[in-house]
Amino acid sequence: MGASVRPSFSEGLGGEQGWPEALRGRGPQAVSGILTALRRAGLWSPRRQLLLATWQALSRALGTMDAESLLLSLELASGSGQGLSPDRRASLLTSLPLVKRDYRYDRVLFWGRILGLVADYYIAQGLSEDQLAPRKTLYSLNCMEWSLLPPATEEMMAQTSVVKGRFMGDPSHEYEHTELQKINEGGKVFEEEVVVQIKEETRLVSIIDQIDKAVAIIPRGALFKTPFGPIHVNRTFEGLSLSEAKKLSSYFHFREPVQLKNKTLLEKADLDPSLDFMDSLEHDIPKGSWSIQMERGNALVVLRSLLWPGLTFFHAPRTKNCGYIYVGTALQGEELKAVNTGLGNHLGLSQGISDSTFSNWLEMGSRPLHFPGSEHT
Amino acid sequence: MGDPPTDPEPPSQPPSSRRSSQVSQRRGLELSRPQPAFPEEAEQIPLDPSILQSNRGILASQANLQGWSLGASPTQQENLTMFQAEEAQLGGVEYPSPNMGFPSELQPQLYLEEGGIQATQNAGLMLQQLRRGQSNLFQQLESAYLETQPDLLGQFNMYQRDDLQFSQHEPYLRDEPTLQFSPSEPGFTPFTLEVPEREPLELAVQNAKAYLLQTSVSCSLSLYEHLANLLTKILDQRPEDPLSILESLNRTTQREWCHPKLDTLRDDPEMQPTYEMADRQKALFLRSGGGEGQQEMEEEVAETAVPNVMETAFYLEQAGVGLSSDESFRIFLALKQLVEQQPIHTCRFWGKILGLSRSYLVAEVSFREGEEEEGEEEAEEMMEGGEGMDAPDEEEGEEDEEKDTDIIPKPMWKPPPVIPREESRSGTNKYLYFVCTEPGRPWTRLPHVTPVQIVQARKIKKFFTGFLDAPVVSYPPFPGNEANYLRAQIARISAATHISPLGFYQFGEEEGDEEEEGGAGRDSYEENPDFEGIPVLELVDSTANWVHHAQHILPQGRCTWVNPLQKIEEEEELGEEEEKADEGMEGVEQEVGPPLLTPLSEDAGSLRTSTLAGATSTVPRTSTHPCRPPFSRSTPTAPRSWR
Repeated sequence: MGASVRPSFSEGLGGEQGWPEALRGRGPQAVSGILTALRRAGLWSPRRQLLLATWQALSRALGTMDAESLLLSLELASGSGQGLSPDRRASLLTSLPLVKRDYRYDRVLFWGRILGLVADYYIAQGLSEDQLAPRKTLYSLNCMEWSLLPPATEEMMAQTSVVKGRFMGDPSHEYEHTELQKINEGGKVFEEEVVVQIKEETRLVSIIDQIDKAVAIIPRGALFKTPFGPIHVNRTFEGLSLSEAKKLSSYFHFREPVQLKNKTLLEKADLDPSLDFMDSLEHDIPKGSWSIQMERGNALVVLRSLLWPGLTFFHAPRTKNCGYIYVGTALQGEELKAVNTGLGNHLGLSQGISDSTFSNWLEMGSRPLHFPGSEHT
Repeated sequence: MGDPPTDPEPPSQPPSSRRSSQVSQRRGLELSRPQPAFPEEAEQIPLDPSILQSNRGILASQANLQGWSLGASPTQQENLTMFQAEEAQLGGVEYPSPNMGFPSELQPQLYLEEGGIQATQNAGLMLQQLRRGQSNLFQQLESAYLETQPDLLGQFNMYQRDDLQFSQHEPYLRDEPTLQFSPSEPGFTPFTLEVPEREPLELAVQNAKAYLLQTSVSCSLSLYEHLANLLTKILDQRPEDPLSILESLNRTTQREWCHPKLDTLRDDPEMQPTYEMADRQKALFLRSGGGEGQQEMEEEVAETAVPNVMETAFYLEQAGVGLSSDESFRIFLALKQLVEQQPIHTCRFWGKILGLSRSYLVAEVSFREGEEEEGEEEAEEMMEGGEGMDAPDEEEGEEDEEKDTDIIPKPMWKPPPVIPREESRSGTNKYLYFVCTEPGRPWTRLPHVTPVQIVQARKIKKFFTGFLDAPVVSYPPFPGNEANYLRAQIARISAATHISPLGFYQFGEEEGDEEEEGGAGRDSYEENPDFEGIPVLELVDSTANWVHHAQHILPQGRCTWVNPLQKIEEEEELGEEEEKADEGMEGVEQEVGPPLLTPLSEDAGSLRTSTLAGATSTVPRTSTHPCRPPFSRSTPTAPRSWR
């Protein structure tokens, strides 16, 4: 766990300079063992001890598939039926800390698994200290060797939006897409069919970005914003209460806020600026795209996205455990375009509309909503 | 807490009587003070009061009334805080008025040296008094203070009394033993000369303390009081590394203050559903324990219908699919409960269907021979009742026609004949399905599925809400509620996806049946006793090694084809309809589906099925035929599609 000391944290405590080199790259148990030895030798000040203890707590605080709390998180998210086999779990536990060390991330989260026809992609994300900064995405086919993916760009999104269907599972696979392009040649304008090759890696990047922007969520109070700008993990977050956990408004999208500025002043007056700085799920379009359930006899609240089926968010109320995982085919839920929403119900009752035109109509209307984040960036 | 005296009169008169009585008490006590009786008690009391008192002594306060309220509120708390309240009281009592002023420097020293013990002794007295009874605590404190610290009486100006006879006493003369025994003797202030010099510092200190004593907006707690509570708590509990857990202690103390746990009789209302669920699930566990007396019935154990859910879950987990292990165990117990309740021959955990508000756990069972549920008979009666309704309508229509010539023409449309549902234990209704939302809740039986439900279920796509009686609002309209829709989906899923390795099941050796059923195929299979497993390599390489062992559902909605028009001819007795029936007969063909035990390789869209070897094996991943670009979602049309 060779993470460097977060500057804001150390500033608050008077500017500790960093960990002794001996502690780099060791697990928490090894570290505490070293510490006791150091303490006995009188080389370890209580202040450093405090730093370490809070750092350990911090890394466990947001159990979003953190490497340390991976097992518990996987167990809690298993209600959806898809998870990881034991060998994958073991490989993850071994390889994620190595990734953290090599790429010098603050935290490495296991994002999920995209099912392909031939093979599955296992996705992990590395976070820096500012929680809302763009994350680095890595993928692997065997949970052991991880490759970094390029960051998502607008043109990638546009390019890959034409590709439909399931992932192959082979990162070098290329989709061919023919398009008509207008080509000017010497005054003549004619259309020519151009075959565009789209790599599956590109598609992977854009899909992950879409899913993150659309449905990655976090409970209210888990992050807080300092006046200086960076977003930190809230160490004193004790979890939502049971009544709060059942409301959609207690969960935020884990991305830059989009709808926040559209709120009226009256609404904003009730918000706490240090906690309420992200969009809540309440006003998501389409409505009803989240399913909230209590599992394990009310001891766990599980949110499942209907827009991207396969995204499961879990939170144990009154505890710090929370996290989300995506296991699915990376296909947007078509069911949501049909009759289940309030709007859909109304339209569904009118006869004479065939199914195909009906779904097309809604699809056209809802397309821009799939990229809420990218529209405003 | 004692009643806050409302009159600004010197309470010296009302409590004087008490005081006098207590004076004698005090005298007696004070005489015995040098004895170690009190120090014992003093030792029990932590050093908090002394420190706190010294702190308070350092900081003078102008907010006497505040100090009073400070003292008043905590006394409603528990003992510990009451004890603190005492100190608040004491502290409040200590606060000098600004005009009094006294050198603050000397005071703490005196407090620490000797006053410490005295303070603790005072505290001990307070405690004693508390334990004896809480009658007008304020007055007791007041009197005790008047007794033990006559020099502090000058600070005792809760009511801004100026005519108090003790108003001139100074605190730092307490080390003089003579003063202790002569409380009413007016003291003298040898250090008054130094007071004017210390005023600016005093003022600053008083300001600081006043600021700290401001009550917070959210709850009636001031920082000062909170810090006092926090330090008291730390000193009481003496945790290992207080600095590292300072913040959480802070939060806890604040929360305790604002939300004291007063109610020990009622449960936390928020946790009520959790406890209920836990109770129900406890019943699950206890059932298994109740079978201890039945150890003689070990013979039946081998024949029990309860499936080995844990074993299945283990294998599924290797594939990365499944619920967590304790959830699987609870499902196992719930299935056991089901087997005990119903006359079940075979039972299997079919799976879990996720819903919006709740999810469904589905169990696939078959009853013992001859054990038909009454529910089936009821359902049949209802169906017959429905059919009987149609006939009278037609008859009425005919009568109208004869009477009136000028009538709105009757619609010629007749609803298509209702295809009868399959018998129990055959086709789509081969098994019975029970559902429950969570292990521990009662199992509900799902009705049999009818062909029209399957046909409609193919056309719609709806989420399940989790409530079996919820209506299914869709277009085209679905005949039934969510229970029917669930059952239809279960039937479709079972028919399409239940597969087994080639050779695991075989047909029974009854060749005569094949001819009789007219090409509809066999509908029963049995386990092959001579099955030797197929090596993993072969299983992964091609899909031909896997076969469906559930019957295919025809487009009609049934597994075995039924000519709907034959039924019409039997039921219709009116001559007019015969012609129409003849017209309709032309378009009906027998529907044929793939027979049982057809390999997967003949499935429609089989190019897209994938087979993956387990991660632990060294089998290289197979590659299916690459899909032709553009990668479209349209399924190539095929004569057979397992829907």
